[in-house]
Amino acid sequence: MGFQYSLGGERYVFDDLKALMAAASPLRSGDELAGLSATSDAQRIAARYALADVPLDLFVRTELIPYEADDVTRLIMDTHDTAAFAPFASMTVGDLRDWLLSHEATPAALTAAAPGFTPEMAAAVSKIMRNQDLMSAARKMRVVTRFRNTIGLEGCLASRLQPNHPTDDLKGIAASTLDGLLYGMGDAVIGINPATDSVANGLALLDMLDHARRRYDIPTQTCVLTHVTNTLEIMNKGGAVDLVFQSIAGTQKANEGFGVTLGILKEAHEAALSLKRGTVGDNVMYFETGQGAALSAEAHHGLDQQTVEARAYAVARAFRPLLVNTVVGFIGPEYLYDGKQIIRAGLEDHFCAKLLGVPMGCDACYTNHAEADQDDMDNLMVLLGAAGITFLIGVPGADDIMLNYQSLSFHDILTLRSMLNLRPAPEFAAWLEQMGLFDAHSGRMRELAPHQTRLAQLVG
Amino acid sequence: MTKNPLPPAKNKDGAPDVWQDLRSLTRARIGLGRSGNAQRTTDVLTFQAAHAQARDAVHTPLDVQAMLEELNGISCLCVRSRAADRSTYLRRPDLGRRLAPESQAFLQKGEWDVVFVAADGLSSIATQKGAIPLFRAMLARLKGWRIAPLVIATQGRVALGDEIASALGARMVVMMIGERPGLSVADSMGVYLTYAPYVGCPDSARNCLSNIHQHGLPTSVAADKLAWLMQEAMHLKLTGVGLKDAAPDSSLPEHSLPSIEKDPHA
Repeated sequence: MGFQYSLGGERYVFDDLKALMAAASPLRSGDELAGLSATSDAQRIAARYALADVPLDLFVRTELIPYEADDVTRLIMDTHDTAAFAPFASMTVGDLRDWLLSHEATPAALTAAAPGFTPEMAAAVSKIMRNQDLMSAARKMRVVTRFRNTIGLEGCLASRLQPNHPTDDLKGIAASTLDGLLYGMGDAVIGINPATDSVANGLALLDMLDHARRRYDIPTQTCVLTHVTNTLEIMNKGGAVDLVFQSIAGTQKANEGFGVTLGILKEAHEAALSLKRGTVGDNVMYFETGQGAALSAEAHHGLDQQTVEARAYAVARAFRPLLVNTVVGFIGPEYLYDGKQIIRAGLEDHFCAKLLGVPMGCDACYTNHAEADQDDMDNLMVLLGAAGITFLIGVPGADDIMLNYQSLSFHDILTLRSMLNLRPAPEFAAWLEQMGLFDAHSGRMRELAPHQTRLAQLVG
Repeated sequence: MTKNPLPPAKNKDGAPDVWQDLRSLTRARIGLGRSGNAQRTTDVLTFQAAHAQARDAVHTPLDVQAMLEELNGISCLCVRSRAADRSTYLRRPDLGRRLAPESQAFLQKGEWDVVFVAADGLSSIATQKGAIPLFRAMLARLKGWRIAPLVIATQGRVALGDEIASALGARMVVMMIGERPGLSVADSMGVYLTYAPYVGCPDSARNCLSNIHQHGLPTSVAADKLAWLMQEAMHLKLTGVGLKDAAPDSSLPEHSLPSIEKDPHA
């Protein structure tokens, strides 16, 4: 089925819904690499006009990737909540944008509507929303999850403390963890990307983190971001697994490229639930996503990179995750070329995930071959903070010495919390105060040296 | 915490720097201190200087003339990929994997056991410093091998070596290429060995030695490991997962296969 729109005396034709969505997408290098981008700025806007007129129920009736060929399509179609969708069934994409920004779209209404939206609807509406629309709509969407603390409450900004080390040195990781805790980081998770992806190494890292957490009774969760099959084996060996981590993408083939299937995720989810390690809730999954993953695995099926990214959130929401984050600038300039493209993608990913009911955080980051710097990350973190992002990732001095890229520093997140008057998760905030790290009187994190705190023995 | 026999370092205010011992455990930027919530001036500038070096490593063109002079008469061929400039190279990895038409026409088929390629990749500085010393070290270790002239390639990705080897009729290719620079190391070189390469060859068919630089894997150690891999590749008639599985534990570094998730298009 084709689409067309006339603009400025020119008639623009789009072969199908995939092509229309791709042409409507804001410019990014990954869509250019895939040969899917609009061929002119005018064609892009004509596509947006045409997309705004598309009825939402067309997305329910259209398989952008065939149902028989792709288990993510089957998941999306089979779990679509028609009752939740009913109030929107006669709307167009343009109508949905107007509703999302209206005062009728309250947090409660948005929460109730979430199961009625599909990733393709979310992607479509995002393409006709400006950055401020993505922010103001997402800000109203609350997704609250729990394990040892409560993530996603209004007025809160959680953080993942990422203490990576190039040789997984336990004391080196402990030193970075100590540094982060002194800045009030780590309420979303204390999570290590291991340099060596093995079961034995994962067990050792988890044991160290769990020991530190229990010693100081920290109300948070720990995670080693190893492959899900390793985590399954670690659980079988009795390892201290709070959260199961996995990178996921929006098509079956791209997930196969990550060595993962929906069946493996289900098995790991059930195994983690059976451990009953959560104290205030049972959200036990942690996923990372990012635009460009499907294209880099040659598994995008002709979909633009933002639409196929949104489909990953359908995978995520099927497993009630505690945390999800887009690793927005990590993949490199062939997918997101510069700060402008990275910032736009970060806002899109956050909006689409929240619209679908997914607890979205962000690794605001870039590599050294992208046209971006720490000023772009400053911009992105403030925009995401204003948009109500669930959590951000912090590394010492914004420099990840294992993965060789730049994210946010602990200072950055502390600054953001202060500027926007955001607090850590409540259980964690109370712990910071009990430990004497947070001064309730001034509302500030105290500037303390390790030996001035009870955490001094964290590095054995 | 280890006992430090030296008097404790003082920070700017004259107070002892209690982070000094912890910093010996990791190169991470820990214990930076604060101005309010923000980083101090010196730390902000130190970070910017490191980022500037990394960016310069990406954007400085490979000085081919200097490499020719360093080769001092050793025969070599210069080619370029289909990516016309750095901006195109960064956006279009597919073009960096293919030879420009005039370079295709320039390479002639021969009978070679191996061709070594020195490509700029994402850090020309790494290639500038590391490629010729490694090539010389390999010449000394590969007595009796039919080694093609060194190929210097600009705007090149790892897979560019596949087409070069096919065009020259080489049984295997060693691609020496600048790795994506980090803040702490901007001149790290990677080496990718591929047996029977062809255009479209998957990354799983390669073996990789990474982190070759002054403070990482030394050239002589990299050369020993590479020579072992090449002998085995010649014997087994393959590279990649099959070769890695056959290696004794001590003969390969931990990351001897391309790390797909970290740097998919080196």
